[in-house]
Amino acid sequence: MIEKIVVLEVVLPLLAAPVCVLVRNPRLCRLLSLGVVAICFAIAAAALLEVRGGGVISYQLGGWLPPLGIEYRVSTVNAYLLALVTAMALVVFSFDSRGGPPRVPEQRRHLYYAVFLLCISGLLGIAITGDAFNIFVFLEISSLSSYILVSLGGHRRAVLSAFYYLVMGTIGGVFFMLGVGLLYQATGTLNLRDIAARLEPSLDDRGTVLALALLVVGISIKLAVFPLHHWLPDAYSFAPPKVSAFLAATATKVSFYLLAMILFTIFGAAFVFEELRLQAVLLPLSILAMFLASGAAIFQTDLRRLLAYSSVAQIGYMTLGLSTANVTGLAGGLVHLFNHAVMKGGLFLVVACLLYRVGSVHIDALAGIGRRMPLTAAALVIGGLSLIGVPGTVGFVSKWYLVSGVLERGWTAAAVLILLSSLLALVYVGKVVEVVYFRKPAETQPIDHVREAPLGMLAPAWVLAVAAIFFGLTTNWTYGVAREAAELLLAGGI
Amino acid sequence: MSSGTTILVALLLPVLAAVSCQIFGRVGHPNLRDVATPLIGACTFAAVWRLGGDVLAGGRPELVLFEVLPGVELAFQVEPLGLVYGLVASGLWIVTSIYAVGYMRGHHEHNQTRFFTFFALSIFAALGIAFARNLFTLFLFYEALTLLTFPLVTHHGTDEARRAGRIYLGILLFTSISFLLFAILFTWRLTGTIEFTPGGILGSEPSSGMVTVLLLLYAFGAGKAALMPFHRWLPNAMVAPTPVSALLHAVAVVKAGVFAILKVVVYVFGLDLLAGSNASLALMTIASFTMLMAAVIAIRQDNLKARLAYSTISQLAYIVLGAAMATATGVLAGGLQIAMHAAGKITLFFCAGAILVATHKKKVSELDGLGRTMPWTFAAFFLASLSIIGIPPLGGSWAKWYLMVGALETGFAWQAAFLGVLMVSSLLAVFYLMPVVVRGFFASSPTAGPSGSGGGDRKPIAEAPFLCVASLVLTALLSLALFFVAGDLTSLLSF
Repeated sequence: MIEKIVVLEVVLPLLAAPVCVLVRNPRLCRLLSLGVVAICFAIAAAALLEVRGGGVISYQLGGWLPPLGIEYRVSTVNAYLLALVTAMALVVFSFDSRGGPPRVPEQRRHLYYAVFLLCISGLLGIAITGDAFNIFVFLEISSLSSYILVSLGGHRRAVLSAFYYLVMGTIGGVFFMLGVGLLYQATGTLNLRDIAARLEPSLDDRGTVLALALLVVGISIKLAVFPLHHWLPDAYSFAPPKVSAFLAATATKVSFYLLAMILFTIFGAAFVFEELRLQAVLLPLSILAMFLASGAAIFQTDLRRLLAYSSVAQIGYMTLGLSTANVTGLAGGLVHLFNHAVMKGGLFLVVACLLYRVGSVHIDALAGIGRRMPLTAAALVIGGLSLIGVPGTVGFVSKWYLVSGVLERGWTAAAVLILLSSLLALVYVGKVVEVVYFRKPAETQPIDHVREAPLGMLAPAWVLAVAAIFFGLTTNWTYGVAREAAELLLAGGI
Repeated sequence: MSSGTTILVALLLPVLAAVSCQIFGRVGHPNLRDVATPLIGACTFAAVWRLGGDVLAGGRPELVLFEVLPGVELAFQVEPLGLVYGLVASGLWIVTSIYAVGYMRGHHEHNQTRFFTFFALSIFAALGIAFARNLFTLFLFYEALTLLTFPLVTHHGTDEARRAGRIYLGILLFTSISFLLFAILFTWRLTGTIEFTPGGILGSEPSSGMVTVLLLLYAFGAGKAALMPFHRWLPNAMVAPTPVSALLHAVAVVKAGVFAILKVVVYVFGLDLLAGSNASLALMTIASFTMLMAAVIAIRQDNLKARLAYSTISQLAYIVLGAAMATATGVLAGGLQIAMHAAGKITLFFCAGAILVATHKKKVSELDGLGRTMPWTFAAFFLASLSIIGIPPLGGSWAKWYLMVGALETGFAWQAAFLGVLMVSSLLAVFYLMPVVVRGFFASSPTAGPSGSGGGDRKPIAEAPFLCVASLVLTALLSLALFFVAGDLTSLLSF
């Protein structure tokens, strides 16, 4: 049963998008998207249950056998990702933004939902497909739709930042395309497992090394690996708040999966990390991201920009896990996908609540808001504590395994640096919390009229806040799955 | 009720107290709120006391909640050191919550409901630390205690309080994340376990240098122990209302730090690994330095609470010194000092708060002649000072006695020096505590006439609110009583 319906993960949102365009009624569109996302989540959860412990679901599109036809292949690695993306989409879609600022005009609201569904379809497609060219197609579907979503932010600079995102994203897409082309030239196939089986990477083979370089750089742009991250802070701070929440929780995560899959499954850990020694580049860049992006976050005065820079730093933790190339570290990086999605998604939803009630998330506008919006502020604190990595939150779980993995490699200095960098998170989170609770509101900006956010907004934000604590205390479904996925990736499987 | 359930009850009662504070506070029944807290406190103490019976009988009550990470459980186990710390924290919570009612109302503090709520939650975290069965559980509650006491430190919301709050969080989280967590992860990497195990888990593999580094990481990582140079958060935390300084920054929070060090020495390193090693010597030296420096600084403080804070730093170093000796006597002395110093120092802070409420005076130099108008308060201060200095027949003398015995047992070439440090430190304690008593009782009050009728005229007695005075007399008597029941504690803490 389940092997027949996994394809719906991609097909349903892809079909629902044009339906939205036809329906035109924003309320119906919202219900439709919510329904579609809920079904997708149910399928992803069922698939994850099915493949947990080493199972594989394989679906051949049109009945054409791989490697000729396109194969959709779900193993622990991508089931984990499908569940993550659909769960986040579900939470974000259930967030009732009430057309709150920034406002997408009523007559174009249905297009917004259509594009959102396309984006989800693209992200799920990347995760599920076993075909290299198919990945490129879905990568472009998701990227193009996210440029549109960002541009809907309402602020004039939203369009500019969407354009910048588009330019960078397209460069990344072209690099990826060229990389796939070179791989096709080397192996004569596009099926990922087939490529992996036929490719015999060696340092003497310039074509293969070039392909790897193009693929890594291309994906690094999409993933916002430092120093290719410049599009991200602008895009996240000017997009509609729900879009920021969704993209922060999913888009970079899918790119991370793609990077891990290409490094470990296609090229193999032995080639990438022993012959080529990619960690000599990846590790310093990760550490720089952790420190410089967190340092930049400290000096931000807009909460969204602050969170966006923090995302760049958190991506540094993930790539750091990747560069350890051992099970513990890679699992730490993979579990951080989920953990970071939960906390950053929750924080961006809090931002959406604040924007709706206060109208601005400039740090000065938030002074004393903790008393007016206690529940929203409490969710902000929980998210912030997770970013710091306080025990009992998801951030701690990630840090525990990342540091363990790094220590296993014998990189004691890197372990110290990870811990020190979380102190920068303490500074930027502490700054916000202090303003929200202890600073007196400015005379010019009275906050007496500010009330607690409505339930339709608070509930999704709190679902993620509670998840940030729940999955900080039970890790069977996060670390447990991530570890299986890491073992699979390191063994060259998918 | 099985002993596992008792642990759960003891942990959850303070949470119940916090919830009841919120409920009664919100519906506008401050009296019910302020009665509920001491009552629940008494129940908590009773629950911990019950566990004590099992521990004395040789049992180790356990409670495993669930597995957090593979191989790491959220689990509790009551052993002698944790029992002492748990008894001290929960027992003194009862007295403090009574004292706090008098203080907060007498001082017309705002946000009393928030205050009592976070106070109860802090006790929850302290008990979690006391009963932790592994380093993860300890660390979880250790960080929770830092975060839960933060709103208490910044209670007044002034610029000074916010600045102090920043230093408080900054130093405590900096040390715990960069040193303690690193040490825990390193231990995990070396041994594959972080369970507290009698005899230690490190085995004899790690080299002497590594053991030294690891021990120092743990000692400085437990920043709540206020070892120099990571002690500055404690004097800063004194901006908090006095009940917080009394219970948390003289008992629950600071003892959490030294307790963690004691636990780690006994159950992670094991006494055999440390005794006579360089690691032990290094930590003993640092503790001795802190002990003397803090005492010297205390003498120079005019603000009474700041003086007591530096005295706390000095006295905490006694416990670290005991742990660092890594002998049975040293650990016994450390455990005793946890209880003895708690009773003594909480009394001193209660007195400082009572003086503040009654006269609004904060400085030692302003206390001239106050002893005659506040005789109970100053008598209690005198008794508690004797205990801190270590003069019989007060509880503190036992801790000092065993520390000196322990210093002589270590077998280092410099052992006499440590004995000297202990003696000098006691002498310094006389210098920073006795002036308060002397000024209070013997200096002439500045408001009294130039000479005229002389010191003979009796001014009316003007003590702090009854609840305050009753509490501080009670704790002063407790430090007297501890001298006579120390035998039970000693047999409990014999390793």
